[in-house]
Amino acid sequence: MTYEGWIIITGVLAGASCSIIGVLLVLRQTAMISDAISHTVILGLVSAFLLTGTLDSFTMLIGAAVAGLLTTIVIQLLKNSGVQSDAAIGVTFTAFFALGVFLISRYAGNVHLDVNHALMGNIAFVPFQTVTLFGVSIPQAFLFVSIVLLLNVAVITLLYKEWKLSTFDPALAVSLGIPAVFLHYLLMTMTSVTAVSSFDSVGAVLVVAFMIVPAASAYLWTRKLSFMFLYSVVFSAAACFSGYYAAKWLNVSISGSMAVMTGVIFLISFLFAGENGVITRSVRQKQHRNREWNRQPAFAPADGKREL
Amino acid sequence: MSDALDVQNITVAYQESTVLENADFSVPQGKLVGIVGPNGAGKSTLLKAVLDLVPKLHGRAVFFGEELKKVRSRIGYVPQRGEVDWDFPTSALDVVTMGRYGHVGLFRRPRKHDKEKAYECLKELGMEQYAKRQIRELSGGQQQRVFLARAMAQDASLYIMDEPFAGVDAKTERAIILLMQKWKQENKTIIVVHHDLQTAQEYFDWMILLNKHVVAQGPTEEVFTKEKLQETYGGQLAFLESSSSEKAGNPS
Repeated sequence: MTYEGWIIITGVLAGASCSIIGVLLVLRQTAMISDAISHTVILGLVSAFLLTGTLDSFTMLIGAAVAGLLTTIVIQLLKNSGVQSDAAIGVTFTAFFALGVFLISRYAGNVHLDVNHALMGNIAFVPFQTVTLFGVSIPQAFLFVSIVLLLNVAVITLLYKEWKLSTFDPALAVSLGIPAVFLHYLLMTMTSVTAVSSFDSVGAVLVVAFMIVPAASAYLWTRKLSFMFLYSVVFSAAACFSGYYAAKWLNVSISGSMAVMTGVIFLISFLFAGENGVITRSVRQKQHRNREWNRQPAFAPADGKREL
Repeated sequence: MSDALDVQNITVAYQESTVLENADFSVPQGKLVGIVGPNGAGKSTLLKAVLDLVPKLHGRAVFFGEELKKVRSRIGYVPQRGEVDWDFPTSALDVVTMGRYGHVGLFRRPRKHDKEKAYECLKELGMEQYAKRQIRELSGGQQQRVFLARAMAQDASLYIMDEPFAGVDAKTERAIILLMQKWKQENKTIIVVHHDLQTAQEYFDWMILLNKHVVAQGPTEEVFTKEKLQETYGGQLAFLESSSSEKAGNPS
Protein backbone atom coordinates (compact mmCIF):
# COMPACT_ATOMS: atom_id res chain seq x y z
CA MET A 1 0.00 0.00 0.00
CA THR A 2 1.09 3.56 -0.55
CA TYR A 3 2.44 5.87 2.10
CA GLU A 4 -0.78 7.87 2.08
CA GLY A 5 -2.90 4.74 2.18
CA TRP A 6 -1.27 3.47 5.35
CA ILE A 7 -1.71 6.77 7.14
CA ILE A 8 -5.37 7.06 6.25
CA ILE A 9 -6.25 3.44 6.99
CA THR A 10 -4.50 3.62 10.37
CA GLY A 11 -6.42 6.78 11.15
CA VAL A 12 -9.72 5.20 10.09
CA LEU A 13 -9.17 2.11 12.24
CA ALA A 14 -8.06 4.15 15.24
CA GLY A 15 -11.09 6.38 14.70
CA ALA A 16 -13.43 3.38 14.53
CA SER A 17 -12.14 1.78 17.71
CA CYS A 18 -12.23 5.09 19.60
CA SER A 19 -15.65 6.13 18.36
CA ILE A 20 -17.48 2.89 19.18
CA ILE A 21 -16.15 3.11 22.74
CA GLY A 22 -17.13 6.78 22.62
CA VAL A 23 -20.79 5.95 21.94
CA LEU A 24 -21.01 4.18 25.30
CA LEU A 25 -19.02 6.89 27.05
CA VAL A 26 -21.23 9.66 25.68
CA LEU A 27 -24.46 7.85 26.53
CA ARG A 28 -23.22 7.11 30.04
CA GLN A 29 -22.35 10.79 30.43
CA THR A 30 -18.77 9.91 31.20
CA ALA A 31 -17.24 11.40 28.06
CA MET A 32 -14.75 13.47 30.00
CA ILE A 33 -13.32 10.32 31.55
CA SER A 34 -11.83 9.57 28.14
CA ASP A 35 -10.08 12.92 28.27
CA ALA A 36 -8.64 12.03 31.66
CA ILE A 37 -7.57 8.55 30.63
CA SER A 38 -5.96 9.55 27.38
CA HIS A 39 -3.75 11.96 29.30
CA THR A 40 -2.93 9.84 32.34
CA VAL A 41 -1.87 7.05 30.01
CA ILE A 42 1.42 8.93 29.78
CA LEU A 43 2.04 8.25 33.48
CA GLY A 44 1.46 4.56 32.78
CA LEU A 45 3.92 4.60 29.88
CA VAL A 46 6.71 6.28 31.79
CA SER A 47 6.12 4.15 34.91
CA ALA A 48 6.23 0.98 32.84
CA PHE A 49 9.45 2.17 31.23
CA LEU A 50 11.06 3.05 34.57
CA LEU A 51 10.07 -0.29 36.09
CA THR A 52 11.12 -2.53 33.22
CA GLY A 53 13.62 -0.45 31.28
CA THR A 54 12.06 -1.41 27.94
CA LEU A 55 9.86 0.43 25.50
CA ASP A 56 8.25 -2.59 23.82
CA SER A 57 4.60 -2.28 22.90
CA PHE A 58 3.25 -4.95 25.19
CA THR A 59 4.83 -3.46 28.31
CA MET A 60 3.53 -0.06 27.30
CA LEU A 61 0.03 -1.47 26.82
CA ILE A 62 -0.04 -3.01 30.29
CA GLY A 63 1.33 0.18 31.86
CA ALA A 64 -1.30 2.27 30.10
CA ALA A 65 -4.15 -0.05 31.01
CA VAL A 66 -3.14 0.01 34.67
CA ALA A 67 -2.82 3.80 34.67
CA GLY A 68 -6.22 4.15 33.00
CA LEU A 69 -7.92 1.88 35.50
CA LEU A 70 -6.19 3.62 38.38
CA THR A 71 -7.45 6.93 37.04
CA THR A 72 -11.06 5.75 36.99
CA ILE A 73 -10.78 4.16 40.42
CA VAL A 74 -9.33 7.33 41.96
CA ILE A 75 -12.06 9.42 40.30
CA GLN A 76 -14.70 7.05 41.67
CA LEU A 77 -13.20 7.17 45.18
CA LEU A 78 -13.11 10.97 45.16
CA LYS A 79 -16.71 11.09 43.96
CA ASN A 80 -17.86 8.66 46.63
CA SER A 81 -16.25 10.77 49.33
CA GLY A 82 -18.19 13.83 48.25
CA VAL A 83 -16.02 15.62 45.65
CA GLN A 84 -18.10 16.87 42.70
CA SER A 85 -17.78 14.60 39.71
CA ASP A 86 -16.26 17.10 37.25
CA ALA A 87 -13.83 18.33 39.91
CA ALA A 88 -12.86 14.73 40.69
CA ILE A 89 -12.01 14.17 37.02
CA GLY A 90 -10.11 17.45 36.77
CA VAL A 91 -8.03 16.88 39.89
CA THR A 92 -7.09 13.29 39.08
CA PHE A 93 -6.26 13.89 35.46
CA THR A 94 -4.06 16.94 35.93
CA ALA A 95 -2.24 15.41 38.90
CA PHE A 96 -1.49 12.15 37.08
CA PHE A 97 -0.57 13.83 33.81
CA ALA A 98 1.73 16.28 35.59
CA LEU A 99 3.38 13.43 37.50
CA GLY A 100 3.97 11.69 34.16
CA VAL A 101 5.54 14.83 32.68
CA PHE A 102 7.66 15.22 35.81
CA LEU A 103 8.94 11.65 35.63
CA ILE A 104 9.74 11.93 31.93
CA SER A 105 11.72 15.10 32.29
CA ARG A 106 13.55 13.86 35.39
CA TYR A 107 14.35 10.26 34.50
CA ALA A 108 13.51 9.56 30.91
CA GLY A 109 14.68 12.65 29.09
CA ASN A 110 16.93 10.78 26.71
CA VAL A 111 14.52 8.10 25.49
CA HIS A 112 11.83 8.18 22.85
CA LEU A 113 9.06 9.44 25.11
CA ASP A 114 8.17 13.08 24.84
CA VAL A 115 5.14 15.06 25.84
CA ASN A 116 4.68 16.79 22.53
CA HIS A 117 4.62 13.44 20.75
CA ALA A 118 2.13 12.12 23.31
CA LEU A 119 -0.29 14.97 22.72
CA MET A 120 -0.07 15.29 18.95
CA GLY A 121 1.04 11.80 17.92
CA ASN A 122 3.06 11.17 14.84
CA ILE A 123 0.81 9.70 12.24
CA ALA A 124 3.07 10.85 9.42
CA PHE A 125 5.72 8.35 10.56
CA VAL A 126 3.32 5.40 10.84
CA PRO A 127 4.40 3.78 7.52
CA PHE A 128 8.11 3.75 8.48
CA GLN A 129 7.89 1.54 11.54
CA THR A 130 6.98 -1.86 10.18
CA VAL A 131 6.73 -5.41 11.39
CA THR A 132 6.63 -8.54 9.24
CA LEU A 133 3.57 -10.71 9.60
CA PHE A 134 3.11 -13.84 7.43
CA GLY A 135 5.85 -12.53 5.19
CA VAL A 136 4.12 -9.20 4.62
CA SER A 137 5.60 -6.00 5.92
CA ILE A 138 2.96 -3.85 7.60
CA PRO A 139 3.22 -0.81 9.86
CA GLN A 140 3.29 -1.69 13.54
CA ALA A 141 0.70 0.98 14.43
CA PHE A 142 -1.70 -0.47 11.87
CA LEU A 143 -1.40 -3.94 13.41
CA PHE A 144 -1.87 -2.53 16.86
CA VAL A 145 -5.05 -0.53 16.16
CA SER A 146 -6.55 -3.42 14.14
CA ILE A 147 -6.19 -5.83 17.06
CA VAL A 148 -7.75 -3.39 19.48
CA LEU A 149 -10.57 -2.60 17.06
CA LEU A 150 -11.39 -6.31 16.73
CA LEU A 151 -11.34 -6.65 20.50
CA ASN A 152 -13.66 -3.69 20.98
CA VAL A 153 -16.10 -4.90 18.33
CA ALA A 154 -16.15 -8.36 19.91
CA VAL A 155 -16.75 -7.09 23.44
CA ILE A 156 -19.48 -4.72 22.32
CA THR A 157 -21.38 -7.14 20.09
CA LEU A 158 -21.19 -10.07 22.51
CA LEU A 159 -22.50 -8.02 25.41
CA TYR A 160 -24.68 -5.70 23.33
CA LYS A 161 -27.90 -6.01 25.34
CA GLU A 162 -25.98 -5.88 28.62
CA TRP A 163 -24.31 -2.60 27.58
CA LYS A 164 -27.64 -1.23 26.46
CA LEU A 165 -29.54 -2.03 29.64
CA SER A 166 -26.79 -1.11 32.07
CA THR A 167 -26.42 2.23 30.29
CA PHE A 168 -30.12 3.02 30.05
CA ASP A 169 -31.30 1.64 33.38
CA PRO A 170 -28.50 0.47 35.71
CA ALA A 171 -30.93 -0.31 38.54
CA LEU A 172 -32.95 -2.77 36.45
CA ALA A 173 -29.73 -4.23 35.05
CA VAL A 174 -28.43 -4.98 38.54
CA SER A 175 -31.77 -6.35 39.69
CA LEU A 176 -31.70 -8.75 36.71
CA GLY A 177 -28.25 -9.92 37.74
CA ILE A 178 -26.25 -8.08 35.04
CA PRO A 179 -22.88 -7.16 36.58
CA ALA A 180 -23.07 -3.41 36.02
CA VAL A 181 -20.01 -2.59 38.11
CA PHE A 182 -17.92 -5.11 36.20
CA LEU A 183 -19.16 -3.62 32.92
CA HIS A 184 -18.19 -0.15 34.11
CA TYR A 185 -14.61 -1.18 34.80
CA LEU A 186 -14.50 -3.26 31.63
CA LEU A 187 -15.45 -0.15 29.65
CA MET A 188 -12.78 1.87 31.46
CA THR A 189 -10.16 -0.80 30.68
CA MET A 190 -11.23 -0.80 27.04
CA THR A 191 -11.00 2.98 27.01
CA SER A 192 -7.43 2.84 28.34
CA VAL A 193 -6.33 0.09 25.96
CA THR A 194 -7.95 1.87 23.02
CA ALA A 195 -6.35 5.15 24.04
CA VAL A 196 -2.88 3.66 24.21
CA SER A 197 -3.21 1.73 20.96
CA SER A 198 -4.20 4.87 19.09
CA PHE A 199 -1.99 7.10 21.17
CA ASP A 200 1.37 6.54 19.53
CA SER A 201 0.01 7.10 16.05
CA VAL A 202 -2.61 9.79 16.47
CA GLY A 203 -1.88 11.38 19.87
CA ALA A 204 -3.98 12.13 22.92
CA VAL A 205 -5.85 15.08 21.45
CA LEU A 206 -7.13 13.11 18.47
CA VAL A 207 -7.96 10.13 20.71
CA VAL A 208 -10.25 12.36 22.77
CA ALA A 209 -11.70 13.94 19.62
CA PHE A 210 -12.40 10.49 18.13
CA MET A 211 -13.94 9.23 21.35
CA ILE A 212 -16.31 12.09 21.98
CA VAL A 213 -17.08 14.08 18.85
CA PRO A 214 -18.29 11.46 16.33
CA ALA A 215 -20.52 9.86 18.97
CA ALA A 216 -21.90 13.23 20.02
CA SER A 217 -22.61 14.02 16.33
CA ALA A 218 -24.23 10.64 15.71
CA TYR A 219 -26.45 11.18 18.73
CA LEU A 220 -27.99 14.15 16.93
CA TRP A 221 -28.77 12.17 13.75
CA THR A 222 -30.33 9.00 15.07
CA ARG A 223 -32.57 7.69 17.79
CA LYS A 224 -31.44 4.11 17.49
CA LEU A 225 -28.47 2.73 19.36
CA SER A 226 -27.14 0.46 16.60
CA PHE A 227 -27.25 3.34 14.10
CA MET A 228 -25.43 5.52 16.57
CA PHE A 229 -22.50 3.08 16.49
CA LEU A 230 -22.59 2.96 12.70
CA TYR A 231 -22.78 6.73 12.19
CA SER A 232 -19.93 7.36 14.64
CA VAL A 233 -17.65 5.05 12.71
CA VAL A 234 -18.63 6.69 9.41
CA PHE A 235 -18.10 10.18 10.83
CA SER A 236 -14.67 9.39 12.22
CA ALA A 237 -13.65 7.85 8.89
CA ALA A 238 -14.88 10.94 7.06
CA ALA A 239 -12.81 13.08 9.43
CA CYS A 240 -9.72 10.98 8.63
CA PHE A 241 -10.05 11.38 4.86
CA SER A 242 -10.94 15.03 4.85
CA GLY A 243 -8.42 15.76 7.60
CA TYR A 244 -5.57 14.10 5.75
CA TYR A 245 -6.15 15.96 2.50
CA ALA A 246 -6.74 19.25 4.28
CA ALA A 247 -3.42 18.77 6.10
CA LYS A 248 -1.65 18.00 2.86
CA TRP A 249 -3.16 20.99 1.11
CA LEU A 250 -2.47 23.45 3.93
CA ASN A 251 0.75 21.77 5.08
CA VAL A 252 -0.31 21.38 8.72
CA SER A 253 -0.27 18.62 11.36
CA ILE A 254 -2.22 15.61 10.12
CA SER A 255 -3.75 14.57 13.44
CA GLY A 256 -4.52 18.19 14.30
CA SER A 257 -6.30 18.54 10.99
CA MET A 258 -8.28 15.32 11.55
CA ALA A 259 -9.36 16.56 14.97
CA VAL A 260 -10.51 19.83 13.41
CA MET A 261 -12.56 17.84 10.89
CA THR A 262 -14.40 15.98 13.65
CA GLY A 263 -15.32 19.42 14.94
CA VAL A 264 -16.55 20.46 11.48
CA ILE A 265 -18.71 17.30 11.27
CA PHE A 266 -20.16 18.07 14.67
CA LEU A 267 -20.95 21.63 13.62
CA ILE A 268 -22.72 20.38 10.47
CA SER A 269 -24.69 17.88 12.58
CA PHE A 270 -25.54 20.52 15.11
CA LEU A 271 -26.95 22.77 12.42
CA PHE A 272 -28.62 20.28 10.11
CA ALA A 273 -29.21 16.95 11.87
CA GLY A 274 -32.79 15.74 11.32
CA GLU A 275 -35.23 17.04 13.86
CA ASN A 276 -32.45 18.16 16.20
CA GLY A 277 -30.57 20.52 13.89
CA VAL A 278 -30.74 24.18 14.80
CA ILE A 279 -31.26 25.27 11.19
CA THR A 280 -33.51 22.39 10.06
CA ARG A 281 -35.65 22.99 13.10
CA SER A 282 -36.12 26.67 12.42
CA VAL A 283 -36.77 26.01 8.71
CA ARG A 284 -39.36 23.43 9.65
CA GLN A 285 -41.00 25.75 12.12
CA LYS A 286 -41.19 28.40 9.45
CA GLN A 287 -42.76 25.96 6.97
CA HIS A 288 -45.16 24.87 9.64
CA ARG A 289 -46.14 28.46 10.36
CA ASN A 290 -46.61 29.11 6.66
CA ARG A 291 -48.80 26.04 6.30
CA GLU A 292 -50.86 27.08 9.29
CA TRP A 293 -51.16 30.55 7.83
CA ASN A 294 -52.25 29.25 4.42
CA ARG A 295 -54.73 26.87 5.96
CA GLN A 296 -56.52 29.68 7.71
CA PRO A 297 -59.24 31.09 5.47
CA ALA A 298 -58.27 34.47 4.14
CA PHE A 299 -60.56 37.26 5.09
CA ALA A 300 -63.84 36.74 3.26
CA PRO A 301 -66.27 39.63 3.31
CA ALA A 302 -70.01 39.01 3.20
CA ASP A 303 -70.28 39.62 -0.54
CA GLY A 304 -68.06 36.59 -1.21
CA LYS A 305 -65.18 38.54 -2.76
CA ARG A 306 -61.83 37.87 -1.17
CA GLU A 307 -60.01 40.91 -0.11
CA LEU A 308 -56.57 39.25 0.05
CA MET B 1 -46.21 -21.12 51.84
CA SER B 2 -43.17 -18.93 52.46
CA ASP B 3 -43.50 -15.15 52.50
CA ALA B 4 -42.92 -13.32 49.24
CA LEU B 5 -40.49 -11.04 51.02
CA ASP B 6 -38.98 -11.27 54.43
CA VAL B 7 -36.89 -8.27 55.47
CA GLN B 8 -34.65 -8.92 58.45
CA ASN B 9 -33.15 -6.03 60.37
CA ILE B 10 -31.91 -3.95 57.44
CA THR B 11 -29.94 -0.81 58.26
CA VAL B 12 -28.63 1.57 55.61
CA ALA B 13 -26.47 4.65 56.13
CA TYR B 14 -25.20 7.20 53.59
CA GLN B 15 -22.01 8.93 54.71
CA GLU B 16 -22.75 9.78 58.36
CA SER B 17 -26.53 9.75 58.48
CA THR B 18 -28.68 6.67 58.97
CA VAL B 19 -31.43 6.47 56.38
CA LEU B 20 -33.00 3.23 57.48
CA GLU B 21 -32.82 1.67 60.92
CA ASN B 22 -33.42 -2.01 61.61
CA ALA B 23 -36.25 -2.33 59.10
CA ASP B 24 -37.91 -5.63 59.82
CA PHE B 25 -41.13 -6.88 58.23
CA SER B 26 -42.57 -9.57 56.05
CA VAL B 27 -45.02 -9.63 53.17
CA PRO B 28 -47.23 -12.67 52.52
CA GLN B 29 -47.77 -13.82 48.94
CA GLY B 30 -50.65 -12.46 46.88
CA LYS B 31 -50.92 -9.10 48.63
CA LEU B 32 -51.05 -5.61 47.22
CA VAL B 33 -48.74 -3.79 49.57
CA GLY B 34 -48.21 -0.06 50.08
CA ILE B 35 -45.10 1.30 51.72
CA VAL B 36 -46.16 4.64 53.10
CA GLY B 37 -44.28 7.31 55.01
CA PRO B 38 -43.16 10.94 54.91
CA ASN B 39 -40.42 12.44 52.71
CA GLY B 40 -36.99 11.15 53.65
CA ALA B 41 -38.45 8.15 55.47
CA GLY B 42 -36.19 5.84 53.47
CA LYS B 43 -38.90 4.24 51.32
CA SER B 44 -36.95 4.12 48.05
CA THR B 45 -33.79 3.25 49.96
CA LEU B 46 -35.58 0.30 51.50
CA LEU B 47 -36.49 -1.08 48.06
CA LYS B 48 -32.95 -0.56 46.79
CA ALA B 49 -31.41 -2.17 49.85
CA VAL B 50 -33.68 -5.17 49.50
CA LEU B 51 -32.60 -5.57 45.86
CA ASP B 52 -28.90 -5.06 46.64
CA LEU B 53 -28.79 -1.81 44.70
CA VAL B 54 -27.36 0.08 47.69
CA PRO B 55 -25.06 -1.44 50.32
CA LYS B 56 -26.57 -2.47 53.64
CA LEU B 57 -24.83 -1.89 56.96
CA HIS B 58 -26.43 -5.07 58.20
CA GLY B 59 -29.53 -7.19 57.75
CA ARG B 60 -30.79 -9.24 54.83
CA ALA B 61 -33.78 -9.85 52.59
CA VAL B 62 -35.22 -13.25 51.78
CA PHE B 63 -37.53 -13.82 48.79
CA PHE B 64 -39.82 -16.84 48.75
CA GLY B 65 -37.53 -18.38 51.35
CA GLU B 66 -34.49 -17.98 49.09
CA GLU B 67 -31.55 -15.64 48.59
CA LEU B 68 -32.00 -12.90 45.97
CA LYS B 69 -29.42 -14.51 43.63
CA LYS B 70 -31.58 -17.61 43.19
CA VAL B 71 -34.86 -15.85 42.46
CA ARG B 72 -33.86 -12.80 40.40
CA SER B 73 -35.95 -13.87 37.44
CA ARG B 74 -39.06 -13.98 39.65
CA ILE B 75 -38.68 -10.37 40.77
CA GLY B 76 -39.71 -7.39 38.66
CA TYR B 77 -38.37 -4.00 39.66
CA VAL B 78 -39.89 -0.75 38.38
CA PRO B 79 -37.58 2.17 39.26
CA GLN B 80 -38.75 5.75 39.58
CA ARG B 81 -39.35 7.19 36.15
CA GLY B 82 -36.85 10.00 36.74
CA GLU B 83 -34.02 7.57 37.35
CA VAL B 84 -33.36 6.76 33.72
CA ASP B 85 -32.27 8.91 30.80
CA TRP B 86 -35.32 9.30 28.56
CA ASP B 87 -33.12 10.83 25.85
CA PHE B 88 -31.47 7.44 25.36
CA PRO B 89 -31.62 6.44 21.67
CA THR B 90 -34.21 3.67 21.77
CA SER B 91 -37.89 2.97 21.12
CA ALA B 92 -40.76 2.08 23.47
CA LEU B 93 -40.85 -1.51 22.20
CA ASP B 94 -37.13 -1.81 22.79
CA VAL B 95 -37.47 -0.70 26.40
CA VAL B 96 -40.22 -3.23 27.00
CA THR B 97 -38.06 -5.94 25.41
CA MET B 98 -35.44 -5.16 28.07
CA GLY B 99 -37.85 -6.76 30.53
CA ARG B 100 -37.13 -10.07 28.76
CA TYR B 101 -33.34 -9.83 29.16
CA GLY B 102 -33.46 -11.90 32.36
CA HIS B 103 -34.95 -14.75 30.31
CA VAL B 104 -32.64 -14.38 27.32
CA GLY B 105 -29.29 -15.26 28.89
CA LEU B 106 -25.73 -13.98 28.53
CA PHE B 107 -24.31 -13.28 25.03
CA ARG B 108 -27.72 -13.96 23.44
CA ARG B 109 -29.96 -11.59 21.51
CA PRO B 110 -33.67 -11.29 22.36
CA ARG B 111 -35.54 -13.71 20.10
CA LYS B 112 -38.60 -13.06 17.98
CA HIS B 113 -40.89 -14.44 20.63
CA ASP B 114 -39.44 -12.02 23.23
CA LYS B 115 -40.31 -9.13 20.94
CA GLU B 116 -43.82 -10.49 20.41
CA LYS B 117 -44.30 -10.82 24.14
CA ALA B 118 -43.09 -7.24 24.60
CA TYR B 119 -45.55 -6.05 21.96
CA GLU B 120 -48.41 -7.89 23.67
CA CYS B 121 -47.56 -6.15 26.93
CA LEU B 122 -47.53 -2.73 25.28
CA LYS B 123 -50.86 -3.54 23.70
CA GLU B 124 -52.38 -4.54 27.01
CA LEU B 125 -51.53 -1.09 28.36
CA GLY B 126 -53.02 0.59 25.30
CA MET B 127 -49.63 1.66 23.97
CA GLU B 128 -49.30 -0.38 20.79
CA GLN B 129 -49.43 2.64 18.49
CA TYR B 130 -46.40 4.03 20.30
CA ALA B 131 -44.25 0.88 19.92
CA LYS B 132 -41.85 2.43 17.41
CA ARG B 133 -41.88 5.84 19.03
CA GLN B 134 -38.69 7.27 20.49
CA ILE B 135 -39.03 7.19 24.25
CA ARG B 136 -38.32 10.86 24.69
CA GLU B 137 -41.34 11.74 22.58
CA LEU B 138 -43.66 10.09 25.09
CA SER B 139 -45.52 11.94 27.81
CA GLY B 140 -44.83 11.22 31.48
CA GLY B 141 -47.83 8.93 31.79
CA GLN B 142 -46.91 7.08 28.59
CA GLN B 143 -43.37 6.59 29.84
CA GLN B 144 -44.73 5.13 33.05
CA ARG B 145 -46.91 2.75 31.05
CA VAL B 146 -43.83 1.67 29.07
CA PHE B 147 -42.17 0.88 32.40
CA LEU B 148 -45.21 -1.13 33.48
CA ALA B 149 -45.29 -3.02 30.21
CA ARG B 150 -41.64 -3.83 30.76
CA ALA B 151 -42.39 -5.16 34.24
CA MET B 152 -45.21 -7.21 32.75
CA ALA B 153 -42.86 -8.65 30.13
CA GLN B 154 -40.60 -9.82 32.95
CA ASP B 155 -43.33 -12.21 33.98
CA ALA B 156 -42.33 -12.02 37.63
CA SER B 157 -44.14 -13.28 40.72
CA LEU B 158 -43.11 -10.34 42.91
CA TYR B 159 -43.24 -6.77 41.64
CA ILE B 160 -41.44 -3.97 43.42
CA MET B 161 -42.42 -0.50 42.23
CA ASP B 162 -40.99 2.84 43.26
CA GLU B 163 -43.58 5.64 43.13
CA PRO B 164 -45.39 4.49 39.98
CA PHE B 165 -48.12 7.07 40.49
CA ALA B 166 -45.82 10.10 40.69
CA GLY B 167 -46.69 12.69 38.05
CA VAL B 168 -48.95 10.55 35.85
CA ASP B 169 -52.30 11.42 34.28
CA ALA B 170 -55.60 9.99 35.50
CA LYS B 171 -55.80 7.49 32.63
CA THR B 172 -52.39 6.04 33.46
CA GLU B 173 -53.22 5.91 37.14
CA ARG B 174 -56.30 3.82 36.32
CA ALA B 175 -54.23 1.58 34.06
CA ILE B 176 -51.73 0.98 36.87
CA ILE B 177 -54.48 0.11 39.36
CA LEU B 178 -56.12 -2.32 36.95
CA LEU B 179 -52.82 -3.99 36.19
CA MET B 180 -51.97 -4.34 39.88
CA GLN B 181 -55.36 -5.88 40.57
CA LYS B 182 -54.91 -8.30 37.71
CA TRP B 183 -51.54 -9.34 39.08
CA LYS B 184 -53.05 -9.81 42.51
CA GLN B 185 -55.70 -12.12 41.07
CA GLU B 186 -52.91 -14.20 39.56
CA ASN B 187 -51.60 -14.51 43.13
CA LYS B 188 -48.64 -12.25 42.42
CA THR B 189 -47.33 -9.95 45.12
CA ILE B 190 -46.97 -6.24 44.47
CA ILE B 191 -45.02 -3.89 46.72
CA VAL B 192 -45.45 -0.21 45.94
CA VAL B 193 -43.81 2.86 47.44
CA HIS B 194 -46.64 5.32 47.67
CA HIS B 195 -46.84 8.96 48.60
CA ASP B 196 -50.46 9.88 48.62
CA LEU B 197 -52.24 9.07 51.89
CA GLN B 198 -55.66 9.87 50.45
CA THR B 199 -55.58 7.05 47.93
CA ALA B 200 -53.42 4.61 49.90
CA GLN B 201 -56.31 3.14 51.84
CA GLU B 202 -58.30 2.47 48.71
CA TYR B 203 -55.43 0.93 46.67
CA PHE B 204 -53.70 -1.43 49.08
CA ASP B 205 -54.86 -4.34 51.18
CA TRP B 206 -51.61 -4.56 53.17
CA MET B 207 -49.52 -1.71 54.43
CA ILE B 208 -46.15 -0.88 55.89
CA LEU B 209 -45.78 2.46 57.61
CA LEU B 210 -42.20 3.61 57.48
CA ASN B 211 -40.27 6.47 58.99
CA LYS B 212 -36.65 5.34 59.09
CA HIS B 213 -37.91 2.32 61.00
CA VAL B 214 -41.06 0.26 60.51
CA VAL B 215 -43.82 1.89 62.55
CA ALA B 216 -46.55 -0.60 61.71
CA GLN B 217 -47.26 -3.45 59.28
CA GLY B 218 -50.25 -5.61 58.46
CA PRO B 219 -53.67 -5.52 56.80
CA THR B 220 -54.71 -2.01 55.83
CA GLU B 221 -57.72 -1.85 58.13
CA GLU B 222 -55.51 -2.60 61.14
CA VAL B 223 -52.61 -0.37 60.19
CA PHE B 224 -54.27 2.64 58.61
CA THR B 225 -55.42 4.24 61.84
CA LYS B 226 -55.09 7.79 62.99
CA GLU B 227 -52.79 6.91 65.90
CA LYS B 228 -50.38 4.92 63.77
CA LEU B 229 -50.30 7.52 61.02
CA GLN B 230 -49.70 10.17 63.66
CA GLU B 231 -46.77 8.15 64.92
CA THR B 232 -45.37 7.81 61.39
CA TYR B 233 -45.82 11.36 60.22
CA GLY B 234 -45.49 13.22 63.53
CA GLY B 235 -46.34 16.89 63.17
CA GLN B 236 -46.75 16.63 59.39
CA LEU B 237 -50.03 14.77 59.68
CA ALA B 238 -52.02 17.84 60.69
CA PHE B 239 -50.96 19.43 57.42
CA LEU B 240 -51.90 16.32 55.46
CA GLU B 241 -55.34 16.18 57.03
CA SER B 242 -56.05 19.83 56.40
CA SER B 243 -55.13 19.47 52.73
CA SER B 244 -56.98 16.19 52.25
CA SER B 245 -59.71 17.78 50.18
CA GLU B 246 -57.18 18.79 47.53
CA LYS B 247 -56.12 15.18 47.03
CA ALA B 248 -52.72 16.33 45.98
CA GLY B 249 -50.07 13.71 45.28
CA ASN B 250 -46.70 14.87 46.50
CA PRO B 251 -43.98 13.29 44.37
CA SER B 252 -40.51 13.34 45.85
